[in-house]
Amino acid sequence: MPELTEPEPTKPELAQTERYGASASEISSQTVLFVTVEEYLEVANAAREDGFDQLIDLTAVDYLDYPGTRVRPAEVKPERFEVVVQLINHTSRERLGLRVQVPATEPTAPSLFDLWPGSENLEREVFDMFGIEFAEHPDMSRILMPEDWIGHPLRKDFAVGEVPVQFSEASAPR
Amino acid sequence: MTAERVMRRGNDSAVLRLSEAEAARIGGDASDPDDDERVMLNMGPAHPSTHGVLRLMLEMEGETVLRSKPVIGYLHTGMEKQGENLTYLQGCTNVTRMDYASPLFSELAFSLTTEKLLGVEVPERATWIRMLMCELNRISSHLLFLATNGIDLGAVSMMIYGWREREEVLRFFEKVTGLRMNHNYIRPGGVAADLHDGWQGDLSELLELIEPRLDEYEVLMTGQPIWRERLQGVGAINADEAIALSATGPLLRSTGYAWDLRRDEPYLAYDEVDFDVIVGTYGDCYDRYAIRINEIRESMRIVEQVIDRMPRGDYRMQDKKVTPPPRLRIDESMEALIHHFKIFTEGYQVPRGEAYTAVESPRGELGVYIVSDGTSTPYRMRVRPPSFINLQTLPHLMRGGLIADGVAIISSVDPILGEVDR
Repeated sequence: MPELTEPEPTKPELAQTERYGASASEISSQTVLFVTVEEYLEVANAAREDGFDQLIDLTAVDYLDYPGTRVRPAEVKPERFEVVVQLINHTSRERLGLRVQVPATEPTAPSLFDLWPGSENLEREVFDMFGIEFAEHPDMSRILMPEDWIGHPLRKDFAVGEVPVQFSEASAPR
Repeated sequence: MTAERVMRRGNDSAVLRLSEAEAARIGGDASDPDDDERVMLNMGPAHPSTHGVLRLMLEMEGETVLRSKPVIGYLHTGMEKQGENLTYLQGCTNVTRMDYASPLFSELAFSLTTEKLLGVEVPERATWIRMLMCELNRISSHLLFLATNGIDLGAVSMMIYGWREREEVLRFFEKVTGLRMNHNYIRPGGVAADLHDGWQGDLSELLELIEPRLDEYEVLMTGQPIWRERLQGVGAINADEAIALSATGPLLRSTGYAWDLRRDEPYLAYDEVDFDVIVGTYGDCYDRYAIRINEIRESMRIVEQVIDRMPRGDYRMQDKKVTPPPRLRIDESMEALIHHFKIFTEGYQVPRGEAYTAVESPRGELGVYIVSDGTSTPYRMRVRPPSFINLQTLPHLMRGGLIADGVAIISSVDPILGEVDR
């Protein structure tokens, strides 16, 4: 078992510190680009042009009560939400991560639907669970929770077991 | 080839982007008031051919499916949220309940990710046991597919045969793990128990039993004109569309695109065994059926190699901070007792960081992404569910086909609703 120390962000290859104009880092042997909401679509576009033809995963993390500071490159301004995207380039058999800093005050990010239509359900899930809206998404609605549910369960301020089950159209007592 | 068909946003898309409330308001009426040929039809969530609790909203014109929308979430139990409150040791009991037809793969992905964060290596024997169990699980999962695919298309005897052979595999699982399903067998640090004495013999018998039965299935289905008529050319998709829709697994391979993580991003010891990646040609239901029946044969090939080459040694790593000490040591060693107590109450701390590991489950890429904050529970535990993502292809596969073909298509995508909804 290794010592429980803060891991240093490993220094990526010099050529990879900048990629598509975003700061890159190496996280568990994968190249990860850190982008702001504004840069997001541009970087995603560049990656798509570059041959990253499959969006393999899209999810989010709520860093509301993460203890201490996150391991991020110095120039990245951490926000509450981080959208985690993973792409595959089937030609070079390479994976690329994107981490989008989404502020809590305005949880909105552009949708990747026009680049990778496979993002449709994944973005709906992130909206459902974290309340991050994806602009220009063809159908920004809940997917797992009932349509009239209030709250976003995977947010850290959505407590486990404290919310009564919400039934729509609850009938009158018999 | 082009993926234009799946990129459409408007009414010409195969996806029915209509809320449930709106659909309920319309009821069985036409979705377009000017067009009385079109009706809305609800299928499921308790329809026998929907593999659980999948509900489909279908826009029909006569018997032809136009647009459709899978309505999911009936089995949603917040397992990702749950995962944030369970220790890494308990985590496997949680994820194993997602894809209940191939539970060992979720356990494997979870364990590999945790080990990556811990920076530990498991003994060689543990790796090979994991590989053996996962391939057997792939066999049992594909047998289940053959059974359900059979019943969905009216081959009732196939259902009985598929369940019968799957039961034989589960019997072996029960001997090794103690349980038929939801094993919690693969754990961070290795596996829960060593293989029992005489496991080679049990497995040889099992393989000898399944081999001729597969040939029987081929006689029963593969060459039969009725079976082929029902499947060939139904629900076709091309490679570009499958990639654009993030599809993986047999669904992607049926289009002729060879992408199998076991070969392309080898994990465990897959780079040391011989097997072929099975691909289709047309991307239709028949190819998806044929891929799975042939993947059973490939998995059997791997199992045979593992039987011959299983290394000796420990079945889990001997780091008492990660794996519990043997029961007998607790009686004689104070330290062992403390370790045992610590592991089962507090759990072990995992260094801060994040990691993602993907394995090739019978349904596609199953990945686990864990963010650790240095405590004994994950800060965020995300499972990339292949069934959930492959389900996106369903409206595109069904568009323009008959509703009876829809049943064949749902079956050929092989979604496990426990994993779709989590």
